[in-house]
Amino acid sequence: MEKTPEELYREREKRVLDVIALKKPDRVPVMAMFSFFPAKYSGVTIREIMYDPEKQWKAYWRTMIEFEPDMDQNPFALRYLGPLLETLDFRQLKWPGHGISGNFSYQFVEGEYMMADEYEEFLFDPTDFMIRKYWPRVFGSLGGFRKISPPRHIVTYAMGMSFGFAPFNTPEVAAGLDALKKAGERSMEIASYAASYTQEAKKAGFPMQYGGFTQAPFDTLGDYFRGTKGLMLDMYRRPKEVIRACEKLLILMRDIAVGAAAASGNPRIFIPIHKGLDGFMSMEQFHTFFWPTLKDLMVALINAGLVPCPLWEGDCTSRLSTIGEIPAGRAWYGFEATDIFRAKEILGDRVCIKGNVPLSMMATGTPEDVKAYCKKLIDIVGRDGGYILDAAASLDNAKVENVRAMFEFTKEYGVY
Amino acid sequence: MNDKLINLMADLQEEETMKMVGELIEAGSDPVLILDDARKAMELVGKRFEQCEYFIPDLMMAGEILQGISKVVKPHIKQAQVGSRKGKVLIGTVAGDIHDIGKDIVTFMLDVSGYDVLDIGIDVPAETFVEKTREFAPQVVALSGFLTLAFDSMKQTVEALERAGLREGLKIMIGGGQMDDEVRKYVRADAYGKDAVAAVNLCREWIGG
Repeated sequence: MEKTPEELYREREKRVLDVIALKKPDRVPVMAMFSFFPAKYSGVTIREIMYDPEKQWKAYWRTMIEFEPDMDQNPFALRYLGPLLETLDFRQLKWPGHGISGNFSYQFVEGEYMMADEYEEFLFDPTDFMIRKYWPRVFGSLGGFRKISPPRHIVTYAMGMSFGFAPFNTPEVAAGLDALKKAGERSMEIASYAASYTQEAKKAGFPMQYGGFTQAPFDTLGDYFRGTKGLMLDMYRRPKEVIRACEKLLILMRDIAVGAAAASGNPRIFIPIHKGLDGFMSMEQFHTFFWPTLKDLMVALINAGLVPCPLWEGDCTSRLSTIGEIPAGRAWYGFEATDIFRAKEILGDRVCIKGNVPLSMMATGTPEDVKAYCKKLIDIVGRDGGYILDAAASLDNAKVENVRAMFEFTKEYGVY
Repeated sequence: MNDKLINLMADLQEEETMKMVGELIEAGSDPVLILDDARKAMELVGKRFEQCEYFIPDLMMAGEILQGISKVVKPHIKQAQVGSRKGKVLIGTVAGDIHDIGKDIVTFMLDVSGYDVLDIGIDVPAETFVEKTREFAPQVVALSGFLTLAFDSMKQTVEALERAGLREGLKIMIGGGQMDDEVRKYVRADAYGKDAVAAVNLCREWIGG
C-alpha cells in the first residue's frame, strides 16, 4: 500500500533525526542545496525566480516533487528578493538587471561597510552604529539615516527630546522612513510565502532542512562589516578589537538563530563557514580568531535546543580534530572539499557528516561518475549511519541527469 | 643586502619594518636597494606560503607592507627604474562572476615575482579576453572564477581564443573557488592552479624567470 504524505513526512524526518543522533536509519538520507538549479530545470530565468513568487513556487515545488529529497529547503527567504532589494536599493548584492548581465545568480559585493577605525563605535552600541552608519552604506534608500542623532541621546524632556527629533523632519530621513515602510510590506510578503510553502510541503510529505540562518561571528564581521581584506589586515593591526567584535557578534548571531527557530518551529540552523578554511588562515589564527566564538555559538545553540548545521566550505581537513569539540550527536557538518573520508574517521562518533559530491563532477561529469562517487561515500562515510548524502555545495549549474543519478542511486544503494 | 630589513618584513612586522625603512631613507640609503630587499622579503613570504607556514591573511599583510614601503621609497628614486620583466600575463575574472579577491592576490604575487601583469577586471566577456590578448600579446592567460557559473564562461573564453586563432603557443591557467582539474579538462585549459604560488610556479615553468 502506498504511504500517505504524513507517513512519508515522519519517515523522512526520522531518517534525518536518526543520523543527527549518530544512529543507523533505514537508508542514507539524501538532500541538496538546490539554489538556482530549479530555474534552469523549469526553464525560467533567475531574474524571474527573484521577482515572481508564483513562478518561484512552481519551479521549486516541481524540483522537490520530482527529486523527493528527504529534506528540502524553503526557497523564499533567499530567492524571492528582487522587489525587496529594489525597495532598499541594496548595495551588498548584484543581481540580474542590477549589475549582473545575463542569467547568473546574484553575488555578494565585497567591501568595507565598517571602517577600520569604527570598532569602538560598533562595540559601544552596535544597533546605533548599524542604523546610522551601516544601514546607510548597505541600503541606498536609508542614506538619510546618516542625519539622525544617536537614539540613546534622546532620554527625556530635559535631555535630548526638545531638539533630538528635528532630523526626522528632513526630506532625507522621511524618505528613509518611507522606504522602511515599503520594505516592511515586502518582508511581510516574503514571510507569508515562506510560511505557506513550508506548510504545503509538510502536507505533501517533505520536511525542511533549516529553520534559520546564522554565521560564525568572524565570518559575519568579515563578510558584511569589514570585508575580507579589511578583516585579514585587522588580524595584524588590531587583533584585540577583532576578538572583542567577534564576542559581541556571538550574542547577535545566537539571538538571530534562536529567534528564527522559534518563528519557523524548525531547530536546524544553517551556518555557512567562509573564512576559517585551510589556506584562509593558519591553525594558530583559527584558534585565536575563528574557532572560539564559533564553538561558543554552536554550544549556545545546542543548549537552546537547536541543531547547528555548518557547511564547512572549501577544505577544512586540518581543522577536523578541533571542530569535533562540541556535544556529540547534536549537529550535522556539511563538507565541501574537505577529505570527507578522513572526517568520518575523526568525527564519526561525534557529529553527523553531510556531503560531498564535487560540484565540478555535478556540472561536468557523467551520471556514472556521480554514481561511482556516491557508492564510495555510502560505503565508507555512510557505514553505520551518521551520514547524509548531498552535493558539496549549491547545485546551481549541475546537470539534471547528474542530480537525478545522485538521488536515485542513493535511495537504491543507500538502504542499510 | 639588509638581512634585518628582509627578516622584519618577511616576519610581517609592519611597524618595525616601516620604522627601519624611514631610518634608512633618512640616513641616505639607496632607495633602489631597499626595494630590492623588499622583493627578497616577498620571496621568503612566497616560500613560507608554499610551505603552509603562511596563509592568505599573511600574503595580504605582506602586500600592505610592500605598498607602504613603495610609497615611502619611490619619491626618492630619481629615475624610473624599468626592471626587465620576465614575461606577460593577462588575468581576469570570467563573464558573470564578480569575485576579485583571489584574482587580486594572484596578480600581486605575479607582479612581485617579476611578471608584467595586465589585470582586466571582473565579469569580463570572452570577446574582451580575445581583444586584450591580441593587444597585450601575453604568454599566459589566467582565468579566474569563484562560482560554478564560471565553468561555462571559462569554456567559452577558451573557445573564443581558439576561434580567434590566438590559442596556439598561448598557455591558459584557471583558478578560484570551485575550480579543479576536472574543470580544467572541461574548459580545455592547460593547467589549474590551487593558489597564487601555484600560479607563479606555472608561469615560471612556462615562460621562465
